[in-house]
Amino acid sequence: MIQLTINKKSYNVEVDPDTPLLWVLRETLGLVGTKYGCGVAQCGACTVHLNGEAVRSCVTRVSRAAGQEVVTIEGLSENMDHPVQKAWLELDVAQCGYCQSGQIMSAVVLLRENKNPTDADIDAAMAGNICRCGTYLRIRDAIHLAAKMQ
Amino acid sequence: MKIIIITTILFSTIIMMGSAFDKEPDFKKKDITTYEPAKKNRAESVKAFMEVYKVLMSPRCLNCHPAGDVPLQGDDSHLHAMTPQRAADGKGLYAMKCSNCHQPANTPGLHMPPGNPNWHLPPADMKMVFEGRTPHQLAKQLVDPKQNGNKTLEQLLEHAQDDLVKWGWEPGEGRTLPPLRYDEFVKAWTTWIEKGAYAPKAK
Repeated sequence: MIQLTINKKSYNVEVDPDTPLLWVLRETLGLVGTKYGCGVAQCGACTVHLNGEAVRSCVTRVSRAAGQEVVTIEGLSENMDHPVQKAWLELDVAQCGYCQSGQIMSAVVLLRENKNPTDADIDAAMAGNICRCGTYLRIRDAIHLAAKMQ
Repeated sequence: MKIIIITTILFSTIIMMGSAFDKEPDFKKKDITTYEPAKKNRAESVKAFMEVYKVLMSPRCLNCHPAGDVPLQGDDSHLHAMTPQRAADGKGLYAMKCSNCHQPANTPGLHMPPGNPNWHLPPADMKMVFEGRTPHQLAKQLVDPKQNGNKTLEQLLEHAQDDLVKWGWEPGEGRTLPPLRYDEFVKAWTTWIEKGAYAPKAK
């Protein structure tokens, strides 16, 4: 039995400790906002916060998250009113949307640590999140907008 | 009589070798500038360093001691995909911190992210660059506390036991090992330092 705290809610899950956190989120707990992209920590679609850091849940064993604070896209805000979410909606960032929960989770860490990022800061922070639709310019604009909103 | 003498000599030699092996090296002096190894020998020290150099220039060591601020990757030491940045503490930046992908242990599978609890580059204020260094430059750099992470020779000796150094010999599937075995590396590293930590001549 592994005890997890996800989005401030406590869960006890019966899974192999080596199971990727992403599998537990999606398959065991039904939190499907976090996406499976590559499975090898190359695309960023599975990004969630573990103690505030933007970890790739596809390669993070659930045992690493035991007793720690996990936040997924579902727990980022209660009413989808986090400044980053609002900016994303305002600028209609998503195209297909598959990568966007990971993009948002990474952007939140950037803005927590850098309140007013430059384009270069954004590019450095977001380089681990791939978007096949190529929404990078809208992502960059939305991060600037979110910086003003927060 | 001859046999007794030979046996005695052999037995004494074995005892002496054993006691020397068991004895803790005498590296009490913390100040690198006054450190005086008892067994200085330039030729042996330099010869050992050239073995050490082969290991330090192998991808398993070199890739995290890059000349730039992006780690290297793979046996061909190409720039790390996604170009993660060093940052001040060497542990990455914003959503691109090393431990976001690099777990406390290697992730199983071919070319999956390697892991260690302390995965990092050297910090920005002391980059400890290996890439592009000649044997002369690297040896000089390694014994200079202003360039080696403020390490004394004693601490340099201990550094061979560091878990992240040892990771080089357990790098996960699909990665070549350094050209020396770990015990051979430690022996060469120790010999280089104990014999005087000499640098090969600049060419």
